Order: sequence, then C-alpha cells, then structure tokens
Amino acid sequence: MYSRYARRYARLVTMPSTAPSPKRSAPLAQGGAPSHTLTDVTASDSTLRRFLHGLPGVDAVGLEARAASLGTRSIKTTSKAYAIDLAISMVDLTTLEGADTPGKVRALGAKAAHPDPTDRTTPTTAAVCVYPDMVAVAKEAVAGSGVKVASVATAFPAGRAALEVKLADVRDAVAAGADEIDMVIDRGAFLSGHYLKVHDEIVAVKEACGTSARLKVIFETGELSTYDNIRRASWLGMLAGADFIKTSTGKVAVNATPANTLLMLEAVRDFRAQTGVQIGVKPAGGIRTSKDAIKFLVLVNETAGEDWLDNHWFRFGASSLLNDLLMQRQKLATGRYSGPDYVTVD
Amino acid sequence: MSEKSETIERLSVFKTYKLYVGGKFPRSESGRVYEVTDSKGKWLANAPQASRKDARDAVVAARKAFGGWAGATAYNRGQVLYRVAEMLEGRRGQFVREVAEAEGLSKAKAAAQVDAAVDRWVWYAGWTDKIAQVVGGGNPVAGPFFNLSSPEPTGVVTVLAPQESSFLGLVSVVAPVIATGNTAVVIASERAPLPALSLGEVLATSDLPGGVVNVLSGRTAEIAAPLAAHQDVNAIDLAGADEALAKELEVAAADNLKRVLRPQPVDDWSATPGLDRITAFLETKTVWHPTGSLGASGSSY
Amino acid sequence: MASAFEYAPAPESRAVVDIAPSYGLFIDGEFAEAAEGKVFKTVSPSTEEVLAEVAQAGEADVDRAVKAARKAFQKWSALPGAERAKYLFRIARIIQERSRELAVLETLDNGKPIRETRDADLPLVAAHFFYYAGWADKLGHAGFGTEPKPLGVAGQVIPWNFPLLMLAWKIAPALATGNTVVLKPAETTPLSALFFADVCRQAGLPRGVVNIVPGYGDAGAALVGHPDVNKVAFTGSTAVGKEIARTVAGTRKKLTLELGGKGANIVFDDAPIDQAVEGIVSGIFFNQGQVCCAGSRLLVQESVHDELLDSLKRRLGTLRLGDPLDKNTDIGAINSAEQLARITALAERGEAEGAERWSPACELPASGYWFAPTLFTNVSQAHTIARDEIFGPVLSVLTFRTPDEAVAKANNTPYGLSAGIWTEKGSRILAVANKLRAGVVWSNTFNKFDPTSPFGGYKESGFGREGGRHGLEAYLDV
Repeated sequence: MYSRYARRYARLVTMPSTAPSPKRSAPLAQGGAPSHTLTDVTASDSTLRRFLHGLPGVDAVGLEARAASLGTRSIKTTSKAYAIDLAISMVDLTTLEGADTPGKVRALGAKAAHPDPTDRTTPTTAAVCVYPDMVAVAKEAVAGSGVKVASVATAFPAGRAALEVKLADVRDAVAAGADEIDMVIDRGAFLSGHYLKVHDEIVAVKEACGTSARLKVIFETGELSTYDNIRRASWLGMLAGADFIKTSTGKVAVNATPANTLLMLEAVRDFRAQTGVQIGVKPAGGIRTSKDAIKFLVLVNETAGEDWLDNHWFRFGASSLLNDLLMQRQKLATGRYSGPDYVTVD
Repeated sequence: MSEKSETIERLSVFKTYKLYVGGKFPRSESGRVYEVTDSKGKWLANAPQASRKDARDAVVAARKAFGGWAGATAYNRGQVLYRVAEMLEGRRGQFVREVAEAEGLSKAKAAAQVDAAVDRWVWYAGWTDKIAQVVGGGNPVAGPFFNLSSPEPTGVVTVLAPQESSFLGLVSVVAPVIATGNTAVVIASERAPLPALSLGEVLATSDLPGGVVNVLSGRTAEIAAPLAAHQDVNAIDLAGADEALAKELEVAAADNLKRVLRPQPVDDWSATPGLDRITAFLETKTVWHPTGSLGASGSSY
Repeated sequence: MASAFEYAPAPESRAVVDIAPSYGLFIDGEFAEAAEGKVFKTVSPSTEEVLAEVAQAGEADVDRAVKAARKAFQKWSALPGAERAKYLFRIARIIQERSRELAVLETLDNGKPIRETRDADLPLVAAHFFYYAGWADKLGHAGFGTEPKPLGVAGQVIPWNFPLLMLAWKIAPALATGNTVVLKPAETTPLSALFFADVCRQAGLPRGVVNIVPGYGDAGAALVGHPDVNKVAFTGSTAVGKEIARTVAGTRKKLTLELGGKGANIVFDDAPIDQAVEGIVSGIFFNQGQVCCAGSRLLVQESVHDELLDSLKRRLGTLRLGDPLDKNTDIGAINSAEQLARITALAERGEAEGAERWSPACELPASGYWFAPTLFTNVSQAHTIARDEIFGPVLSVLTFRTPDEAVAKANNTPYGLSAGIWTEKGSRILAVANKLRAGVVWSNTFNKFDPTSPFGGYKESGFGREGGRHGLEAYLDV
C-alpha cells in the first residue's frame, strides 16, 4: 500500500522479490544492520525525514472511531476461553519499581511460570520484565519454564543519558542473560526532528543486543502526542531494526490505548506488505482487565491478522492484568465468579 | 416672424425594444413582434415575441453565467447590484414615463413606483453578504466534528414577472433571485413588457456579467412552458402565472424536481419584503469535518 | 474470516421484544382494523419468517386518519409550546428506556445488524425527539417571524431503510411546531411505527395527534392526495417523489422531498488512507448500502488507485455477514426480495457493461435475502452502475487525475444529496466542498448524522431540509 512512497523513492527502494513467509521470524542481521530492503531511506537525515513525512496522515477521529468500533465486538464462550489463554501467554509480567528486590522478582518469576497454582493447564506468561540489575535473579526464577526474561534498558524510562551509558546498560542486561531488551527512544531527538539520531541509536542498541536478544523499541506514545508522530516513530523503529514496537513505559499519564495500538498494528501490517519483514507489537501500561485485553486481541485479529496472534508477535506489558485474566479463566471453568483471594498476590 | 412660428415639431426617435440574452440585445429568433399599448389602447411599441428557442438560448446563457456569478464574492455581488440602483436612478425619468404608460398611473404615482424599485435594488444589494449569516451557521453536533451549514444558490431560475406591477413587481422578483448568486431567465409582464426590456439596458451597463439576467418578452404561457419543463433549469418563480397556468407549470416542473415558488397574492409591492423570495432559491449545504482529538495523550477514548 | 480467533455467535436476545401476531391501524388513539378488512404480512428479511400480520390501510382509512388529525389539530396547535415540548421530551425518554427492545424489533423487521440499530438508529431517534422538543416553545426565535404558525395536518410517507429514524425525522419537527400527523410506514417495515404508537400512548399524547396507517403505495397516494392535508413530507425514491410533486401541483400543500442519491466519495492521493478505507466501507456498506446518501461512487485519484483498492479489498475480507441479531455482524440482510432482485439486476448489468466485479469470499445464509459486499472496478461515468441508484452494497470505483476532474465527475449526476472528500490538505477540502453540488459533504468522514445538522439534497435528490433549525421551516406557515 505504500507503493506511492516507494515510487517517490524509486531509486532508493528495492522491493522484495519474494512473498514473505508470515510465520518465519526475520533473521537477525549481523552487526545490527536492518534486514529489510528499505535501507536507502535511512541514507541521510533528509531522505529519512522525507520518507517519514511522506507517510499518509492519520485522521484522529477516524482512527479512534475505528478502534472504538472494534471494541464493541462481543466475544463469547469458546472464543473467550481461547482469547483468555492467548492473552495470558502474551503477558510480559512486569515489575519496574525502585523498590524491586530479589524476593519480589523471584515471586514474579514463579507467578509467570505457574500463573494459577490451582490449575496447571494455565499457560505460562511470555516473559517477565525487570530492570537490568534484576535480570540474573529473574533468569534463575524462570529457569526451565520457557518464560523469557525481558529487561528495560537505555536509561529507562526517560532515556536521558549518553549513548555509551545506554549501551552499557544494554550490554549489562544481555550479559546477565536477558532474552529481550525493551529500549526507549530519545523522544527529545524525535520531537526536535532529529530522526537519524533516533534511528542510529536504535541501530546501536540492536547491535549491543547481539544475536541472542530481541529488541523492543518503546516510543512513549503519550509523549509523542500526535498520531502522525506515532506512525512515523513506528516506521522509524522498524527501519532501524526493531523486533517489536512498543507503545509506552507505563510511567507517563497515557500509555497503551486501543487507538495508538491500532495505528501501530497498521504500521507492522504495511511494513510486512512492503518489505516482507514481520515485526511484533507490544502495548504496555493501562491494560488491566480481561475485557480490555480481548479488545486488543480483536484489534490484532482484524488489523494485522492472525499471523500476529502469537506471543512471538504480540505482547501485553502489564502486571495487574494477569490476575484479572486468571479470575476470568476460573469463571469460565467453574461458572462462578472468582475473587481476588483465589489468585495470588505477588 | 410668422415663418418662425410655423417651425415643424421635431419628430422623436422611437426605440426598438429588444430581448436581453447573454448580455446582448437580440431580436426574437422567430422574427415575431407584438403590439404593446398603454392602458387606453394607444400604441407604444412593438415588443419582441420570444419563442421557445429564445427561451432555450436564455437558459444556455444563464447556465454559462452561473459559475462565475455564484462564485463571485458576496461583496462583489452587492457592489454590482448597488451599481444597478445607481444606473436606474440616472434613468429615472425614462422609467417613470414607461411605468406611467404601462400601468395607467399618474406621473407622481409612477414616480413613487420607480423610487420604490430603486430602493428595492439597494435593499437586496445589502443582503448579498448578510444572508449567509442569517440562514446558515455552525451546528453543535454531538461528536468531534465541525459542522457548518451555508446557503448556496439553487442555479438557473425562471422568473415569471408579475403581470400587473410592470417594474416594481419585476424588480421585487428578480433582485432576490440574483442577489444570492442564481442566474435568471425572466419573462416580462406580457401586457407591459417595456420597463422590463429597458431594465435589460440598465443591467447591461451596470457591471452585471452577461447572462446573469436574461429578459424575454412575449406570450407568458408560450415561453414559460418549455422553461418549466427544461431539465437544466433548477427553479421557477410563478409570480406572473394565473391559477391554471401555475398548476400546469408546476406539474411540468416536477420532471426534474425544480424548486417552485407558487404565485401568492400581493396587494402592495412596495411593502417591505421578507426573506421568502431569497430563501426560496437557496440550497443549504452542510459540510462536516473531524475536529481531531488532542492527540494520543489527550485522546477521548 | 477464517482464523484461530473465530468470535463465537453473540446473538442479542429476541426475548426483549414481544411481537403480537397481528396489529391494527393506529387512528385517533386506537388500534383499528382496516375498513376493507385487508391485512398484509411483514417478514424478517434474514429468515423470511412472518413476524406479524398488519392491517392494510386503504383510502377510507386514510380519510379517517386525516379527519382524526384534523380534529386533534385545533387543541394541539393551541397548546403552549412548553406543553408540547414536554410531550416530546417524554417520547424521547421513553424511546431511550425502550431502546433495546426497539433496536431488536427494528433489526428483525428490517434485516439490518443489531450493531447499527443499537449504536446508530435508536440513539439518533431519541436525540431527534429530544432536539425538536426543545424547539417547541422557542419557535418565535427561530428566524421565521415572532409567531410562526403550524400548517395543519401533515401527511408523511417514509421508507423502509431507517424505519424508526425516518419516523422521528418526520414526526418530531411536525409535532414541535404544532402540526398533527398521519404517517404511512413502508409496507416491509411497519412494526417500529406501530410500537411508536405505544410509545405515544405511554407518553399520554392526545388522541389523533399521531396516526399511523401502514399500507402500500395506494395508501401513500391517498394520503398525499387527500384534500385536507396541508403538508406533505416524503422520503423515498426520486420516481415517486416526482409523482408526488405532480400530485400536489396547483394546491396549497407545502411539500418537502428527500429522495435518492448517487454520492461521490472522492479520495485524493494525500488522504489519510486507513481512515479513508473505513469511510468508504461505512459509506457503502452501512445498512447494506440501502442509504439514500450512500457513497456509492468511489472516485479515487489514479496515483493511489491500486494501493487503495488493495487496502479496501483486504478490509472487505474482514466484514462479517450473517445473522443481523448477532452483535458481531457487520452486514445484514437486504430488506426485501424485491430490493434484492433490483440490486441483483443492476449488478448483472454492471458486469454486462464490462465493469469488473469483485466480492470477498463470503458465505450467504440459505434463507432470507442476502447480497455479498461487491466492488466494481473499471467503471466509467457512462456505466449504468455509475448513474443509477442501486440502493445496495455495491460500490462503483471510478478514477480521476485532477481535482477539477473529480469535481466534474462528482457533479455529473441528476442527484445531489451527499459527497465525501478525503485529503489532508485543508484548502483542498474547502475548495472542493465549495464546488460540489450536494446537500451534505463529509470531509475525512462519512455517513455522520445529527439532529442539529440539516440534511437534504440538491437537484433531483429533493428539496427542503430535515434536522436543525432549518428543519422547522417545512412545518411552519412561512
């Protein structure tokens, strides 16, 4: 669908000659170089800027209306059970407090591996998400469960540190065994139009992730403020080699919303259509109920499609959401409404 | 001395009255004329007896003029209409004589009619840039949308001028039609067409673009029938039609759903008109646009 | 949509509405049989199940209804506006209270998805009564003179596409201004109007103020031609509208007509594409395209034609067609066998004339009246499907190269009801909107309605406006 931009960049862009294989993960490129075919777009500040500003605009009212309309889908019975298990399996169970301790992180890891101690058929969560200094503890806590350890890095959440400091942060987490790195972009650079700086920083972080860790790029959509910015940031992140694009840190007033997630889902859909490379999406912050989570899954299903209905491609950054999903799961199993005493406090 | 008193009185120059179509003054393509007399039966002039082809030509001229006239600024239309009033004022004597002869009025009464007609042009000249604020405006819809209703001219309007009031009545039905940007094909009073044909001469010298007003004289019923049925005419004012003709024309007008202003009894054309004759030939266009929310951080849902 | 994530059926409960086996005409506050004893059946278009038997009004019944309305007019018009207002406020509130019931009823009788009756029709119905209620005691401030008078008895004929909403558009302003009404609902969708009669009863509305006479075209003709009717309001086809205009010619009856359309939805190359796709879908598939202001002609700039069509087709693949009572249904049933036949014939004509037909993979239910969402590409202005109103889920796609060409093509129709513009450039929106000869122009949105917003057409789409302050004029002697 972005062929007109491709045309505009006819000399810069090489279209993929083979159809993408949807389930295949994009091969991790060596040395941090992105694996897509739009590399020439990022040749200079001005080509990048022209590309990002050439993306179609977003009409805010129309976007929000579409997100709201998908929110009215009514999910019942077997579909609901499927959706709840899928949602549990997509949770990045998160603790990002100054007061985090090894004890707290161990409890979280146990919960991720066995979300419902009364029902061993409950899927594990996708990952636990912690600060870099807790990666080793987390890794130990989830060992053998298949649960991944994600770590925020790059001077999370503000991202206001020198690049070397950020990279050291990343290397530290990766060295401690992190499977995934959740970085924040430099919103200041983005808002002042220094897109290439943002891009290069992502590329550098990607390189620091090496071949073992997947990179999630957090835009802090609440600070980007406009939908046009969110679309541009999404493409910028994907061009720079993100494995996931992620809405927010959970540390500002507005985090994941159906509308901004819908917009990012459109971006990954269009990016794959153009480059053949599939990128994941992670809304984070503010998703607390099963009802909310199911609405997000409907957004995924009807926007990016079922190829993304898998925790390799879609995650929820959340903490309290998990208990609500578990209570709903118990309700479906027993027919009774559950209560907070029947799920674990962590 | 005696020879001097026997000087021959100067023979006046008659005017050949012509149609006014597309800014030009053609004779009827049919070559027909009919005799126009004063109220006592005295011959005044031979007026062109327009045919259905003249009517067709007038519609073509009016359609051609529509885009430019409707697209002119309201201020510009107001200035042009005011210029018409200025030109009329300068020809006051001529119109007083023509109205007096046409309607059998005294000089004083005819003068009052002409003065009222000039004042009416001035009144409508002032409306051009006010009507949109009176009949249009923003609508407070329940949602994140800016919603604005504006009046727009209907298009080409056929006007059957009143049969009795040959000038004040005429002006009172023509001015409101064109003030808002419509263009008009006017059928003059059948019995008293001369003031209308002279008005054409005034309009031609008033900066009014050719084709905005087209004046036809002749048999009202004969000219009106093809105009009422014409698929490129958008509306019809039946002021000059009697009951039977009005019904016949209204039926014909239904073929393309013309806006029809039915004839209404008018006791006194000099009374202050309301907005009815303006609004009868206006369409309301409503344009919606999202207002946009405040962005992601301020999104409403 | 084949997916691991199938939404299980989520049907709205039919039990919330209690449909009687038979209904009478509602005249002078009472239900009565038709004078000739005729009845007709109304069916659910999605299943062809008979919902009820309804008395069929004839000329004598219409006459009786007009007499009842005439009798009620004197007292009703003499009521202080504030009192009339309170009746209308009551009606608005009762409709809100009963909206779930009425939404289900409307979906059953019309075939449209419950999602639409629940989220669009019913909220708009209540809002319309609420809006005009407030005008009843403020008419002297509406710009129609200090003491504008009602016309008398209003004869109103409404279509089947938005049965209750069209009733609201007709009855609310008529009553607010002090008129009494005789309303003929469409023969395929009489039920919500008859339920509205019950709403009037609950509201304590004086007898004869609202009379409902279900029936066929002959009843409508009798109503429109009745000598004691002072006002005729019609929403429906342009052909019938012209017939009505001929009928009332030479009378003093005031006439407003809201007729057909062939709306152009214009997409420029700098449009917000994802929202434009949604707008196109809403423009032609809302209510199965059975909407007079549908954006049935997509005019797309050639430079974005291919990618827009790709996006549009992908999006159409996600539309869910089926049981209208299922809350997840996007596309419901066509209203009648007759309408289905008309849509089918026009679509076949499109193919025969060489346009390229496309529909998403879409299974149609075995019973009921169904038509898959359909696109025609390679359409030119000369094709029948680009000129005739199809009134169904069929979109004709045309292209243009420049804004001038877009405007020329958009206006190249005898209709003039609606149009859409999609571009991120503000000045282009204003310039194009200015040149479009259409009564409603949606820019970067489509199919939005509001009681405060005047609605109605240019040219052969009719005359007069419904909604807003403008909507009062049709019912006042001005």
